[in-house]
Amino acid sequence: MTTLLTNARLIDPDALTETLGALVVADGKITEVLTQPLETTDVFPAGKVIDCKGKCLAPGIVDLGVKVGEPGERHKESFRSAGLAAAAGGVTTIIARPDTATCIDTPETLEFVTRRAAEASPVRIRHMAALTKGREGREMTEIGFLIDAGAVAFTDCDHVVTDTRVLSRALTYAKSLGALVMGHPQEPGLSAGAATTSGKFASLRGLPGVSPMAERIGFDRDMGLVEMTGAKYHFDQITTARALPPLERAKRHGFDVTAGTSIHHLTLNEFDVGDYRTFFKVKPPLRSEDDRLAVVEAVASGLIDIISSMHTPQDEESKRLPFEDAASGAVALETLLPAAMRLCHAGHLTLPQLFRAMALNPARRLGLPQGRLAVGAPADLVLFDPDAPFLLDRSTLRSKSKNTPFDGQRMEGRVLGTWVAGKRIFTAGD
Amino acid sequence: MTFRARHLLGIEHLAPEEIRTVLDLAEKYVELNQRTVKHADALAGMTQINMFFEASTRTQASFELAGKRLGADVMNMAMQHSSLKKGETLIDTALTLNAMRPDLLVVRHPASGAVDLLAQKVNGAVLNAGDGRHEHPTQALLDALTIRRAKGRIQRLTVAICGDIAHSRVARSNLILLGKMENRIRLIAPPTLMPAGVRDLGCEVFDDMREGLKDCDVVMMLRLQKERMDGGFIPSEREYYHRYGLDAEKLAHAKADAIVMHPGPMNRGVEIDGELADDINRSVIQDQVEMGVAVRMACMDLLARNLRAERGRQAVGVMV
Repeated sequence: MTTLLTNARLIDPDALTETLGALVVADGKITEVLTQPLETTDVFPAGKVIDCKGKCLAPGIVDLGVKVGEPGERHKESFRSAGLAAAAGGVTTIIARPDTATCIDTPETLEFVTRRAAEASPVRIRHMAALTKGREGREMTEIGFLIDAGAVAFTDCDHVVTDTRVLSRALTYAKSLGALVMGHPQEPGLSAGAATTSGKFASLRGLPGVSPMAERIGFDRDMGLVEMTGAKYHFDQITTARALPPLERAKRHGFDVTAGTSIHHLTLNEFDVGDYRTFFKVKPPLRSEDDRLAVVEAVASGLIDIISSMHTPQDEESKRLPFEDAASGAVALETLLPAAMRLCHAGHLTLPQLFRAMALNPARRLGLPQGRLAVGAPADLVLFDPDAPFLLDRSTLRSKSKNTPFDGQRMEGRVLGTWVAGKRIFTAGD
Repeated sequence: MTFRARHLLGIEHLAPEEIRTVLDLAEKYVELNQRTVKHADALAGMTQINMFFEASTRTQASFELAGKRLGADVMNMAMQHSSLKKGETLIDTALTLNAMRPDLLVVRHPASGAVDLLAQKVNGAVLNAGDGRHEHPTQALLDALTIRRAKGRIQRLTVAICGDIAHSRVARSNLILLGKMENRIRLIAPPTLMPAGVRDLGCEVFDDMREGLKDCDVVMMLRLQKERMDGGFIPSEREYYHRYGLDAEKLAHAKADAIVMHPGPMNRGVEIDGELADDINRSVIQDQVEMGVAVRMACMDLLARNLRAERGRQAVGVMV
């Protein structure tokens, strides 16, 4: 089974290049990358030549930190609906979060979700496991067994492990197994009860706010423990300018740390909440425009390694409440790419830089072979038109939950086709 | 006369001329309220529901009296004991009440923005009687009327707002109103009770009360909202009183004819000296309560006019 994808703008996040060329795909892998025009396509069987018509072909997105509602909240999102949304959004590998209604903290639950995901989803799904039992921050999980069962990283998600001794032991143990730990940099004493970032807007709206400094304080504590234990650590979301200099310093000193940020913190700011629009309530809360621009800049320079959707499905009932009482989070699997295209169209990022942050870096950090347009890499691909305009209607989203902040907004960038292991799983208009 | 608003959710949405309209009409109702027969018929036949999701005595009584004097059928619902306890959401409660066709809904809720949310789901006119730390528009309007009557104007005054600003919706509404009417605003509070970023809103910020009160025309004291505090904003009430409680000595830094205001209920000996609060030469606290009824009558009258006009337009639309 050989397929030729020809006449494509190849986005190579490793070489940071865009070139017109073609890919040959066989047995689920990329077998040839051609950057010279082909003399003939006759060697390929009929129907196995796909003319990409000059549109962009990039490695499929590896989305680190997606919440799926299984187990426990399948009415919000199932592996099936998340997989379909991902396929339509050009996401070929979901890295699922363990903060489900019964959290994923034992090898048994991990095996269950692994099996369910494999049955139901058209895209690849890999799982993270909780770092502490019940995400309660008291006892570490069976990190060794969980690695054997397929956990790619360990995190308590937005539950900060407040007991520094517990975290230091978990990091020491994880280090001995080479496991990656993902943490949420936040000082929970300061952020308790907060619904927004403190400042003029929060004060006018009368909403409880958290100082952006809470992220920096959380960062510094975690970084101290990384220095102490030598663990492999990933900061899930860096969203403020204040946390960037210490991140830069940590990397310069050679610690094994990486950082991510969410698409919403890159494209929206605190004022978007407007008149208490709860679809804009995310965790951590949206930041000032200065912070947003600093974080965009850090992604462009490579200081922040990874962009995630931080896809968090919430049903209407949990959002149709007063702002303080409403649930946090936004769906984003399907809107990640078009939202990220705003950064390219605004001139902040090139397409290869974008896919470095959305495909290459997350795959590399987790030790996965995805994220490259190179011979031997899995043929997980996304074909998209970076300029196609559309008006987002949330009712058309494939996610079971429709809580997107981009409802009714003008977007540019549409996925035309998605392939996983060389098999086409999504075609626009289907 | 201009008043376009469909709901009264906050001062933020009102234009200066709309504020003036409310105050002018309220003056007429002040006169009415001083007569023996206090009845008018601006709301005759209309239904007013007071929904208080947070305990209130004075504001609820004021709204109830205002509605009754204008001829409305008034119903009070103490929502903190109601179906919300059984798990009903705010929106469902709103839809249920809406089906009973009230014309005016007066709502107080402990969450900021909750009244805005409710207003999106009902056909009647909604009056915000206080939402969380967000706004309390009728309080700011009654304060404005009190100031205008005492000072003869509501612009180019220096007004100090003192005390627990962080937790106060009264402070926010007053801040916006006084700003719209072009006054000089000073906020005085211990830094722990000063909301972030207020300097950007065009106020002067002080943590020294004597300095802040210098040459003020109006001193608005706020209640220390112990029930909204989750601990540790001030070291003790007695230290607070010492540094931020208004007494004759501190007031001496303001203009000689400065007036003293307080939205009530007062914590005597915490934010204000008891004697000063009762000093009829300085304190206008009782006037504020009196103006409250008149201002609420004016607000409901104006909203009812807009509601009738809107329904008239819809009826014509149906016939065409």
